[in-house]
Order: sequence, then C-alpha cells, then structure tokens
Amino acid sequence: MGITLKKPSILPGFGLALGYTILYLSLLVLIPLAAAFLKASSLSWHQFWHVVASPRALASYRLTFGASLLGALVNLVFGTLVAWVLVRYSFPGKRLFDSVVDLPFALPTAVAGIALTTIYSPNGWLGGPLAAIGIKAAYSRLGVAIALTFIGLPFVVRSVQPVLGDMEKDLEEAAASLGASRRQTFMRVILPTILPAALTGFAMAFARAVGEYGSVVFIAGNMPMRTEITPLLIMTKLDQFDYAGATAIAVTMLVVSFVLLLPINLLHRWSARREARANALTVNSSPNTLAEGEPA
Amino acid sequence: MGGTIALNPGNISATRKVTRRATTESLAVRWTLIGATVMFLGIFLFLPLAVVFAQAFEKGLATYWASLREPDALAAIRLTLLAAGIAVPLNLVFGIAAAWAIGKFEFVGKSLLITLIDLPFSVSPVVSGLIYVLLFGLQGLMGPWLARHNLQIIFAVPGIVLATIFVTFPFVAHELIPVLQAQGQEEEEAALVLGASGWQTFFRVSLPNCKWGLLYGVILCNARAMGEFGAVSVVSGHIRGLTNTMPLHVEILYNQYDFAAAFAVASLLALLALVTLLVKTAVEWRARRQAAQLALWSAQEEAKA
Repeated sequence: MGITLKKPSILPGFGLALGYTILYLSLLVLIPLAAAFLKASSLSWHQFWHVVASPRALASYRLTFGASLLGALVNLVFGTLVAWVLVRYSFPGKRLFDSVVDLPFALPTAVAGIALTTIYSPNGWLGGPLAAIGIKAAYSRLGVAIALTFIGLPFVVRSVQPVLGDMEKDLEEAAASLGASRRQTFMRVILPTILPAALTGFAMAFARAVGEYGSVVFIAGNMPMRTEITPLLIMTKLDQFDYAGATAIAVTMLVVSFVLLLPINLLHRWSARREARANALTVNSSPNTLAEGEPA
Repeated sequence: MGGTIALNPGNISATRKVTRRATTESLAVRWTLIGATVMFLGIFLFLPLAVVFAQAFEKGLATYWASLREPDALAAIRLTLLAAGIAVPLNLVFGIAAAWAIGKFEFVGKSLLITLIDLPFSVSPVVSGLIYVLLFGLQGLMGPWLARHNLQIIFAVPGIVLATIFVTFPFVAHELIPVLQAQGQEEEEAALVLGASGWQTFFRVSLPNCKWGLLYGVILCNARAMGEFGAVSVVSGHIRGLTNTMPLHVEILYNQYDFAAAFAVASLLALLALVTLLVKTAVEWRARRQAAQLALWSAQEEAKA
C-alpha cells in the first residue's frame, strides 16, 4: 500500500482542476514573486544592507509601521463598537450603515486618497476646523494614519460581527442572574468571546495598512524622512531607475508581509476554535431548553 | 412533539421580556454608543463619498460632462474596461477550478495551496507591480529576450493586464471555496449516480448551487480590477491616452490641480463602488433568506417526524 495523497472520491475533474490551479498560480503569482527574490539575491549582502538600513528607509519603516499600528488600534476599538451596535441595537438607517462598512474594500484607493486629502486639507470640511485649533491633518503623519484607518475599517467590524451574532444570550443571562453588573458581564463574558475575532481583524487591518499606497500618497505630503511611506520609497527608487534599491526594499516588505501571515493564521484558528466550542456548548444545552418547553 | 414547536415562540418572547433589563444597556448608554458609531462611520465613510460628488459637480454639470467626454478620459475608461474585461474572466475560471479542487476533494497540501492562493492579498500593490517589472522590464530577467522579439509588456497594455490579474487573483476563489466546502458532495454524487456526465453535474448542480457566492466574488474582483492604482501605476509608465487607466487618469488630473475633472472621473469609480456594495447587500440578503427558508423546512421536517 502506497501513501495516499488524495482521499478517493467519485466526483470527476480533480486532476484537471488541481492541475490548472497550480499552473495558473505558478505562472502568475509564484514565478513573478520568485523573480523578485532572484533579483535581490544578485545584490551583495553589503549592497542590500546599505539600502535596507539607510536612514531614509528606516524613517519610512517607522512611519509605515507606526501609522499602520495607530490606524489598526483605532479600528480595533471603533470596529468592535460598530460591530456591537450593528448586532445588538436597532436604529433608523442601520441597514445603510451596515452595508456601507465595506466601502473601503469597494472604493478605489486613489479615489479615497483624493477625497480624504480634500476633506483634511487646510481649507477642507474637517481640515479647516482642525487647522483652526492648530492641528495639521493633511500633508502630515496624522494624515497617513487617517488614510490607513480608512482602508482598514472593515476588517475588525466584519470579523467581530458574526461572532457577536452567533453568541447566545444564555451566558450573559447566567452572568446577570449570578449578580454580575453589566460592566462585569462585558469584561468577563462578552469580551473574552469576541477577543480572538477582534484581534484577527486588528492584525488583518495592520497587514493591509503596511502595504497600502494609493490612499496614502495624496494625503501624506511625501517628504523624505518625514512623511514618506515605504511603498512610496520603492516607487521613488523605480522612478530613478534604481531597480536594485527598489528590489531590496520590496523583498524586505515581502518578507514582513509573509511573516505577518503567521500570527494572522494563528489568530484565525484560535477564533474559529473558540466559535466551534461556543457552538458545541449551545448544541449541548439546547435539549434542556427544549425539555423546559415541554408542557408539564 | 408538535406541541413543542407551537409552544416555543411564546416561551421565547416571555423569557426575553424578563431578561431585557439584565442583558442590555440603559437607554443613555445605548444611544451614546449608537451616536459614536454614526459619528465614526459618518466621518470615515460618508464624508469621503459626499466630497467626491460635491467636488465633481462643483463647477456645474457642463464641466462634469466635458471632463468625462475628453479623449484622454475616454481612453482611460476604455483601457480600464479592457483590463477588467480580461482579468476578471481569467480569474473567474481559475477561481472555479481552484474551488472545485479544494472544496470537493481531500488531498495533502490543501491548506498550503489555500495560503498560496491568498498570497496576493498580502503583497503591497507597489510590490505587485514591481515583480512584473523585474520579470519583463528592460532590466528584468526576460527583458533582453522580449526586446529581441520586439515584445513590450512593461509600460504597455499587457503589463497593466498582468498587474490587474495579480491583485485580483484570489477574489473569486476566496469566496467560492467556503461555499463549495459547505455544500458537501451528496448532490453531485446523486447526479452522477443518476447518469449525468461530469460537466453536466458541474453546470446543472454545482454551479447553480454556488451562483450567489460566484456573483459576489466576481463583483468584488471587478471592483478591485477597475480601481487598482498602485500596481498598475508601477507598470504603466503613465502615457496619456495609451497606458492610463481611470485611477491613473484621476491622479494626473489631481496633480495638475484640475480638481473638477479629477473628481468627475473619480465619481464614476465611486459609483462603481456603490453598485458593488448594492449587489453585495442584495446577495447577502438572498443568502440569508435562503438559510431562513432551509431552517424552516428542516424544522417542519422535524416536526413531522
């Protein structure tokens, strides 16, 4: 008996479907990605380090990661709040708010970029009032964080929403009947249940923000050392025909995004396990509920 | 058991009445949270949408139409439609093939394959464009060979199409895989046992079963294909009238301080986003209704038993 790589099935088309999948994936994704690493390997370690650890590159990492973290944190708090309000409360226009949450996924980033810049520029709808109190929103680091908050907005909402929706009220009822205050119930019962999903959304928003380009370049001001994000630095190097430099930074970014996939996958699995366990609890308890419903 | 079904609804509403105060917040807290949500979404989502249309129509309808009728704008619209028209069908066929293999079969290396398919989602758009430059550009690995055969990919339409395919690569597969997985194999097995061919089974059973997930994947894929900026920007070379897509055209106009024209073209893209959201909402609504119907049927079946 040999090792079976595939469970037998009477459904046809496995070879064709998998073969085509692997061929298309290799041609369009894997080989081009490998080309970047191949190109980077033609640089000497010294050349590579010189580009990747240059003061200008380091400043761009600080801004990119700092602003992404800030944006993801804002989304962690407000995304959880939005998910809570959309699942638990009803108010006029709720349907509209719910469907518009995905706007950052659907709106082209360049459009988001010029729209946000117009709003936050010194004579814009919000930029004006902010400038009056001495806050410079557009063409500053704050502007970068605003754009990155926008593009990461749906992640936390959409990962917390289903968990809150599936959560049975039994646990909260039990907590309340055992004398817990609403705050205690939230901190000890609700929060631990939604935490894995919220953190998954947070990590996804962060990862998306790190690579973001279109919505940021308009609002950032793009001053080297101050408001230049890493993807823009790659772009600048390309415009100067510095392919080696662009490749070195691109490969660094690729490695970072692949490394970020690991915690995201782990969080995702943790979240799925939590949910499965919660569902199992509900299934186990449902016969009792039915029995209580039986007429005496 | 029939009595249980009839009795339950009344029972549930009775419990709800009793527990309302214990498991929800006071009116003041509730409205504060709702207010904060409305403020947050208003500032971050509704305001950008509003500003696009306000700026687009600021100089009147005539300027708006003129900005869209301009030859460069028309060329950009045409190229965007062409790139999406090639990228979306190719990724659709791929998505179906990948979802069939992954959703209907068990094999070694499946989760690795899923991770690899989702890879383009985690690559920065700028890097997505760059990898094609490194492969097909003049300095690239295949550059000299392409130059000898007079083939241009980078700074030309093929490069734009390739970059668009890359950034929209996972969408259809990502939406379809969970749908096919959830459906299991029973219906297909029944069709095969009743004598249907493989393709018949696929077109008459599997495809109709996943049509909403498919539509959703296609609409998301299309929105991203038409709106992609960073990746396309790297490979395009920004030749007006030739290699400019709509988002790139918006950028050029905006950087020339021609705000009315930039927002006019941007308003078309915003409209596309709104249509995308509308279709998404409709698909979700249908899916929910189907699930509710299914739950009702199984409850009735149970009641009969």
